[in-house]
Amino acid sequence: MQIRIEHRPSPLWLRTLIPAIAILSTFLLTSILALLVNVNPLEAGYYFVIKPLSGRTSALEVLVKMTPLALTGVAVAFAFAGGYFNIGAEGQLYAGATAATAAGLHLHGVTPWLALPIMLAAGFVAGMAWALVPALLKVRLGIDEVVTTLLLNYVAIFGVSALLNGPWRNPVSQWPQSPDIAATAIFPRLVPRSRLHFGFLVALAVLILFWFVMRWTAFGLRMRAVGLSATAADFAGIPVPRTLLTCALVSGGIAGLAGVSEIAGIHYHLIDAISPGYGYTGIIVATLGQLSAGGIALAAFFLALIDTGAQTVSRVLGVPVYLGDVIQATLLLTTLAALLLQRYRIRVLHATSRSAEGDA
Amino acid sequence: METRSYPYAIEMRGIVKRFGPTLAGDHVDLAVRKGDVHALLGENGAGKSTLMRILYGLYHADSGEILVDGRPAVIRSPKDAIAHGIGMVTQHFALASPLTVTENIILGRTPNFRIDMDAAHAQVQAAAGRYGLEINPRAVIGDLAVGQRQRVEILKALYREARVLILDEPTAVLTPQETHQLFTELRRLQQQGLSVIFISHKLHEVMAITNRITVLRHGRVAGNVETRGTDERALAQMMVGRVTRPAVKPPAVEEGDPMLRIADLHAADAKGVPALQGVNLTVRAGEIVGLAGVSGNGQSELAHILSGTGEAGRGAVRVGEKEITHADARAVMAAGVGRIPEDRHAGVVGDLSVEQNLVLEHLDDFRRGGMLDHKRIRSHARALIDAYQIKAAPGDRIRTLSGGNMQKVILARVLERAPAVIIVAQPTRGLDIGATEYVRRKLVEQRSRGAAILLISEDLDEIMELSDRIAVIYEGRIMGELTGAEATTERLGLLMSGVAHAALGAEA
Amino acid sequence: MSDIFSLTFLVGLLSATLRVATPLVYGAMGEIISERGGVLNLGIEGTMFLGAFTGFAAAAALSNAGVAGYLWLGLAAAILAGMIMGALMGLFAVTLGVNQHVSGLGITLLCTGLALFGFRLIFGESDVLPKVTPFAQIAPLGATSPAGVVLEQYLLTYIAFLVVVPVSWWLIYRTRFGLNLRAVGENPEAADASGVSVARTRYASLVLGGALMAVGGAFLSLAQLGAFTPGIVAGRGWVCIALVIFARWHPVRGMWGALLFGGVFALQLRLQTLGLELPYELFLALPYLVTILALALAGRNVAYPGAYLKPYHRE
Repeated sequence: MQIRIEHRPSPLWLRTLIPAIAILSTFLLTSILALLVNVNPLEAGYYFVIKPLSGRTSALEVLVKMTPLALTGVAVAFAFAGGYFNIGAEGQLYAGATAATAAGLHLHGVTPWLALPIMLAAGFVAGMAWALVPALLKVRLGIDEVVTTLLLNYVAIFGVSALLNGPWRNPVSQWPQSPDIAATAIFPRLVPRSRLHFGFLVALAVLILFWFVMRWTAFGLRMRAVGLSATAADFAGIPVPRTLLTCALVSGGIAGLAGVSEIAGIHYHLIDAISPGYGYTGIIVATLGQLSAGGIALAAFFLALIDTGAQTVSRVLGVPVYLGDVIQATLLLTTLAALLLQRYRIRVLHATSRSAEGDA
Repeated sequence: METRSYPYAIEMRGIVKRFGPTLAGDHVDLAVRKGDVHALLGENGAGKSTLMRILYGLYHADSGEILVDGRPAVIRSPKDAIAHGIGMVTQHFALASPLTVTENIILGRTPNFRIDMDAAHAQVQAAAGRYGLEINPRAVIGDLAVGQRQRVEILKALYREARVLILDEPTAVLTPQETHQLFTELRRLQQQGLSVIFISHKLHEVMAITNRITVLRHGRVAGNVETRGTDERALAQMMVGRVTRPAVKPPAVEEGDPMLRIADLHAADAKGVPALQGVNLTVRAGEIVGLAGVSGNGQSELAHILSGTGEAGRGAVRVGEKEITHADARAVMAAGVGRIPEDRHAGVVGDLSVEQNLVLEHLDDFRRGGMLDHKRIRSHARALIDAYQIKAAPGDRIRTLSGGNMQKVILARVLERAPAVIIVAQPTRGLDIGATEYVRRKLVEQRSRGAAILLISEDLDEIMELSDRIAVIYEGRIMGELTGAEATTERLGLLMSGVAHAALGAEA
Repeated sequence: MSDIFSLTFLVGLLSATLRVATPLVYGAMGEIISERGGVLNLGIEGTMFLGAFTGFAAAAALSNAGVAGYLWLGLAAAILAGMIMGALMGLFAVTLGVNQHVSGLGITLLCTGLALFGFRLIFGESDVLPKVTPFAQIAPLGATSPAGVVLEQYLLTYIAFLVVVPVSWWLIYRTRFGLNLRAVGENPEAADASGVSVARTRYASLVLGGALMAVGGAFLSLAQLGAFTPGIVAGRGWVCIALVIFARWHPVRGMWGALLFGGVFALQLRLQTLGLELPYELFLALPYLVTILALALAGRNVAYPGAYLKPYHRE
């Protein structure tokens, strides 16, 4: 018997199973950690993926968690689709959150019909602004955007800290958190007795817009062409630098919206732990979702589930909450590996069946 | 040390190699006598390179055996091949350009973990002297001319004690003069006992340098003859399998208006070195002007500028009355220029579909109410696939197409808009005979339609077959122009090697 | 403000510069060796973090058990963890040949998760930061003269500058491994055709690189802090990625880059203590901004290794 890898796609049934294969291998791999802390992996698995969905409150909480992940997921996917490796969604989220807070502090008495669009616009523009420098460096000077966007994440977080320990320090509590934003700037709740807020609708709208742009617009197709082959795109008369720039800025803007949503929908004021790494998780979401809107929605939902589950598992079984992070990272890696089935097929050749080679 | 008794250096017996559905090697036999220069002759895609890659351990044969010096040899990797005294110089030099000559030569042959660079330089120098190949061991590969790099490659193989040297189309990148020097060096090496397998599709070269010839066609051996006992015509017949038929070219139409005018055009290459130094060229409606030249004499830069993807310096390019010297691709297309790029893969987005690639240059024409009209994109693709006999579905990712079909997609995309000027570079490189003939026929059709065509090609046969006029480029200058009737290989060769036009003395 | 020009200030600055630059030297050499083979290892940030944790956790356990050489054994544990992560990067970048950006980031996320998980598991959620007695500094010239004070450093700092940098240079330019590595990173087809195993060379470089990165992380926990905190690496890995581009993949230039960054970092630490009326976070952000600036100035038109980011499969 001989195992051979061929450079052509696996059969369709196997390709549709890619997420399942990735999830199953992630479960098997992370079971080792569960066993290490004397927890039954199946029991942990139950708390991770089933328990959160079995109750109304926790199920809605999954959607709450899904909101920023869907937004950063689209942000990253938008950039990746254009061949721009924006790893700076975290920093852009912080920028968006800061701008939303700044706007929200001054929106007292403004009707929500005006206040909410202002909040969103402020966050979007701030996210774009935070993405601008790496994008210009990339387009004008050819400086690798991966490093610059990554480094700016730290700058953004330090910047927020500086604000919170300085001008925005809460005058009452003296804690490093800003005053609350105006009541009219707060996102309305969608479901009573839950934290699910207007930001979820924003995320859905962004997902639909993303789908629309990629599927139905000339810009979407041009952007994909640039992402797949800048040389060929240039040859076809597509303005590569301008496309890249747009792609980078829009990506930053969407990440900024995630910041707005966390401020206006959850916290109502700026804190320096506004994101536990949503910007980085966005990379996992985009990869799992294979840069498609539907895929991103599912991936964001699943990762939100794991986030929620990690809290439960930590509470109920006493497993460190970081197990969720390990699972998410493992899932990213197993997905990367499983995605190879799109390009290659694995064949097991038996010594006796060599004649069966010519099939299509 | 050699076993003189056994006559063959290499024997390959019954080699079979399959790539998916295509049979690249169909029970191929090859026997190379010691001290021979043995030609492996065949059209592109006949299986020459595949066979040699098997011999060098880069591919594995599905069945068949290899004998070295009469003993069966298992060659699973280049390492095995080298151990058996087999060396290979490929078309794309296997050299790392930021490394020095010495570093490239001793790569994979370092006896100790620590390398004594001075000693290594001395060794390489000595080896170069021994084989009569002049080279500076301390030079960085990136700074060397093409002919010198090839010499490094040959020296590298000999340094590995190669007794059999595979040269894969070694003259494709050389001027006739460099080729001449290569042949001199090969004859000397042959006298030192080296066996050479010389892969080529150029008949006169094969006749000039080899002792014996194996002809491949469609992965099979089509002939195996002594060079002395054959001639070019017989070889051509074996190669092609039928009498070669020149592309049907109707007589030249009357002189059209000048459509493409290039005046005193300058440009630099990617490193900032002058690549074009005052090119003057005019192409009229209804004619094909061939631009001949050895690779790397400014053709690529010129093609890029004319396609709107390069950066021009001084000078002017006009299409009709419109100046496009510094125009981008979009403006160049708007001026009525159709472009067929020298690298097909740089002209299409491999992971987009055939239908998407067909509309990518003119997406704005395929919108309805601001949205992409997928229905029309699909029907547009269907129509072109029919018209150009493209073997693919509209939704296929274009990277899965064969070279010929990919080229047809590009042709379809360009020609359906009936451009006034067509810039076409290396249109048949790497295509099989059928596709080559198809492409050439289409170009001739366009000429009859009245298009002004600039054909940039390194394939002299192609240039001579298709062109009404032939210009020769050398170091970024046009060395001279000949009419199709005046052009002979010799005259073109002299121009291509930079011998000034006037020196020809034959100009009417 | 005249403090800036005082000898004490200068001595403190130089001394801190060497100390801050040390983990960067390890990280940058590790990354240079990885990238010379053509693989961008964005797992560096996580590998340093995991190295810091593994080193600390092992040292703490051994120290509690009363083992004498607990610090060095902790360092060895960190090296082992780094090698494993290097090999994992190899699995994705070499064997599977998938996107190096995403798989590298995945490894960083994995390392971060594993380290935090392990830390919480072993040390619980205590308010008291667990500590070990860290490496002591050595002062070959005594600690009285200004030069002596500057050179009062950890042994790991000495090793970084006097061993790791020159050996990296020697390894890359004067050994079989280095020649193979450069060939594989520039033109894997050529290396393969010369009988050099592309996969084996790349794996070796990633494993070696991972080990160096982990030492960089372990330096922070076992020498500088004697503790492990979630913010211990704080983007130093990413800075190393920038340094490598800045250094154009040359170890000695990489060392200068690390010193430059170390200098800026040390300077901002000093400036904070001068009581300027600026938020200290802005000083903290300064080194990252300087890194971006350095890239913008020196990172133009750099010649990346020919096979950078490109997986190699024979065919």
